Amino acid sequence: MNLNYTPDELAFRQEVRDFLATELPDDIRERVRLGRRLSPDDQLRWQNILSERGWLAPNWPVEHGGPGWGPVQRHIFEEECAAAHAPTIVPFGVNMVAPVIMRFGSEAQKQHYLPRILANQDWWCQGYSEPGAGSDLASLKTRAVREGDHYVVTGQKTWTTLGQHANMMFCLVRTDPDAKKQAGISFLLIDMTSPGITVRPIITLEGAHEVNEVFLDEVRVPVANRVGEEGQGWSCAKFLLTHERTGIAGLGHAKQALRHLKSLATRVQHRGRPLLELASFRQRVVKAELELMALEVTNLRVIAAARDGGVPGAESSLLKVRGSELRQELSDLTRRALGPAALPFFPDFLHGDAELDDPAQAESAAGAAQYFNRRKLSIYGGANEIQKSIVAKTILGM
Amino acid sequence: MDFSLTDEQRMLTDTLDRLMADRVTPEQRRAMLEAPTNERSALWQTFAELGLLHMPFAEEVGGLGGDGTDLMLIMQALGRGLVPEAYLAGLVLPGDLLARLGDAGQQARWLAPLLEGEHQLALAWQENDARYDAHGIATAARRDGERWVLEGGKQLVLNAASAAAVLVTARRDDGGLGLFVVPADATGLSRRDYRTIDDQSASDLTLDAVSLSDDACLGRDVAQALDASLALGRAALCAEAVGAMEVACEQTLDYLKERQQFGTPLSAFQSLQHRMVDMHLHLEQARSMAILAATSLDRPAAERDYRLAAAKAYCGEAARFVAEQAIQLHGGMGMTEECYVSHYAKRLVMFDHYLGDVDHHLEHVSDHLVDVV
Repeated sequence: MNLNYTPDELAFRQEVRDFLATELPDDIRERVRLGRRLSPDDQLRWQNILSERGWLAPNWPVEHGGPGWGPVQRHIFEEECAAAHAPTIVPFGVNMVAPVIMRFGSEAQKQHYLPRILANQDWWCQGYSEPGAGSDLASLKTRAVREGDHYVVTGQKTWTTLGQHANMMFCLVRTDPDAKKQAGISFLLIDMTSPGITVRPIITLEGAHEVNEVFLDEVRVPVANRVGEEGQGWSCAKFLLTHERTGIAGLGHAKQALRHLKSLATRVQHRGRPLLELASFRQRVVKAELELMALEVTNLRVIAAARDGGVPGAESSLLKVRGSELRQELSDLTRRALGPAALPFFPDFLHGDAELDDPAQAESAAGAAQYFNRRKLSIYGGANEIQKSIVAKTILGM
Repeated sequence: MDFSLTDEQRMLTDTLDRLMADRVTPEQRRAMLEAPTNERSALWQTFAELGLLHMPFAEEVGGLGGDGTDLMLIMQALGRGLVPEAYLAGLVLPGDLLARLGDAGQQARWLAPLLEGEHQLALAWQENDARYDAHGIATAARRDGERWVLEGGKQLVLNAASAAAVLVTARRDDGGLGLFVVPADATGLSRRDYRTIDDQSASDLTLDAVSLSDDACLGRDVAQALDASLALGRAALCAEAVGAMEVACEQTLDYLKERQQFGTPLSAFQSLQHRMVDMHLHLEQARSMAILAATSLDRPAAERDYRLAAAKAYCGEAARFVAEQAIQLHGGMGMTEECYVSHYAKRLVMFDHYLGDVDHHLEHVSDHLVDVV
């Protein structure tokens, strides 16, 4: 056993680092560093740079335009992006609907959608959760009734991340109300400009407009936009969930957050000494450091297993639980390190283009807001309690 | 990056697993603990035949050249079997120091028979007043003509009762840390033997003007070698704890599936499922730390010790967590001596008290928090 990267992998890391140093625009890097929300234009500007370099879709096979990276390279890329304050790409097209289309889609769907995703021509969002279907996703009620060459879709989706910018949504709908729960579900691709769609913002507790409600009122969707067979939607959803979980530990982000925390707590003073020297605070940083070390090796174990042909299974649930807990802890420590400076709240700066005169205030503005935003990590993608139940069932056979 | 095992390593683990299943059942283990400490056990003889006594030592000193991973696999198996043999205390630690520090004569006299299974040794590094600090010791080595005279006391010397000689750390006149081979029958050496709460054989030693010839002295300044050997020992302990955690988790899971209450198996209760998953999470994270420890032994000393401290602290917490949950989830049965998991729980909790506990190692990480990484 060894934990060392090969010379090729180290060279690859340097290549990524060089690319990020020269190609990531300074204004975008600075917005991400300060924890400010990116405009859709900035988001797309960065995704187009990645696309031109051929690095937008690290998970895709070469035949569809992916870079042909293995799990180790993808991990290195993710780490370097987080360290350089590169924006996280909007995952719904590249990482979520694309693999489903590749696996279950028709030839026509592949030829139409995949190149558009790779060229950032569509902004995708996810139509999964409903007001009455959260962790129990299969209880969803949005109905799709077949009328000739169309489905007529009526229902409500929620927690639709960045749906306000999206022109396409992949959506789970119930096509057979009489079938058993999972069996009556189909997977549709819906044009967000269709008549009958209303998107309403949900403002989260830190004042952000990140998620939305999407109302569908007799929306006509061509049958040609169904991926897979009618009633096969649950297989697509399950398949997608395994893709959603690659990189789920958020290790690159956790590493960056810990680096930032150490640097912050070295600069912030407590009674004339760096806060990091305050025993009670330092102890928690030490514990976070240990957890990160363990998580990194666990993550590498899963990556190496994937590289050697294994399928990331329930281990990714473990990574999700511990990774989200760690990132939440780091956001808590960062908020506390800021002290009184965590209190002032400037939503127009964080979520919009308003600037702050005081650079120190700009540096600390996002601390508390990010702490609240990070609460989502243990809720989305299957709440941590759901993950534990998955492990209990699939690994432990309980 | 490679987490796979070689064919030889796979064979080694298979062999060890079979050996534990056949030879270290609860009844056999009890018999081993009750046997006189001065008799070589049949299991140790088997270890010798399997090459396990040669495995962790370099080929230059007659070993098989096993690396950190090999040692990890062996210790994990011993942890699974809750084996009462002093593989670490009686072989690996003193042997590693002899390999690092001994000259040809000393190695021929003490190391070669150790590897052949002809005798065992012990390492006396710990003193109560120094707690877990291997360097802050009071036992003194005074130069007396051509000889050395040792004066002081050592506590919690594992395997001393079965050892042909004890390697004793002592502060020399010139301030350096010395290491001396003290034969079991040396005049002035007295021993008080006892068992630890987790069934280890231990002794307190008194050194009352123990006079030794020059060839008992293993090198002039042994501090660095001692640190390296203790790092090896910590990596071994982490692996042993992981093995014991595996079994504690397995036995607890089996119990939850089999035990019926309110007309249903305990494993059907979600609160118990989640506790069981939490045990599993701790086990897997501890396993990662044990791997990190085993693969960091050849790093530069500062980096090695940082990682080892992190691993030992992390595994200490994880082991205690798993032990406490194992007892709780077994209910009243977990409190009994009859229930085998309670023996694992004791070992897992007390694991923290060997070679530095959580606080000891957290302090090391804390002291080097920003500079190493």
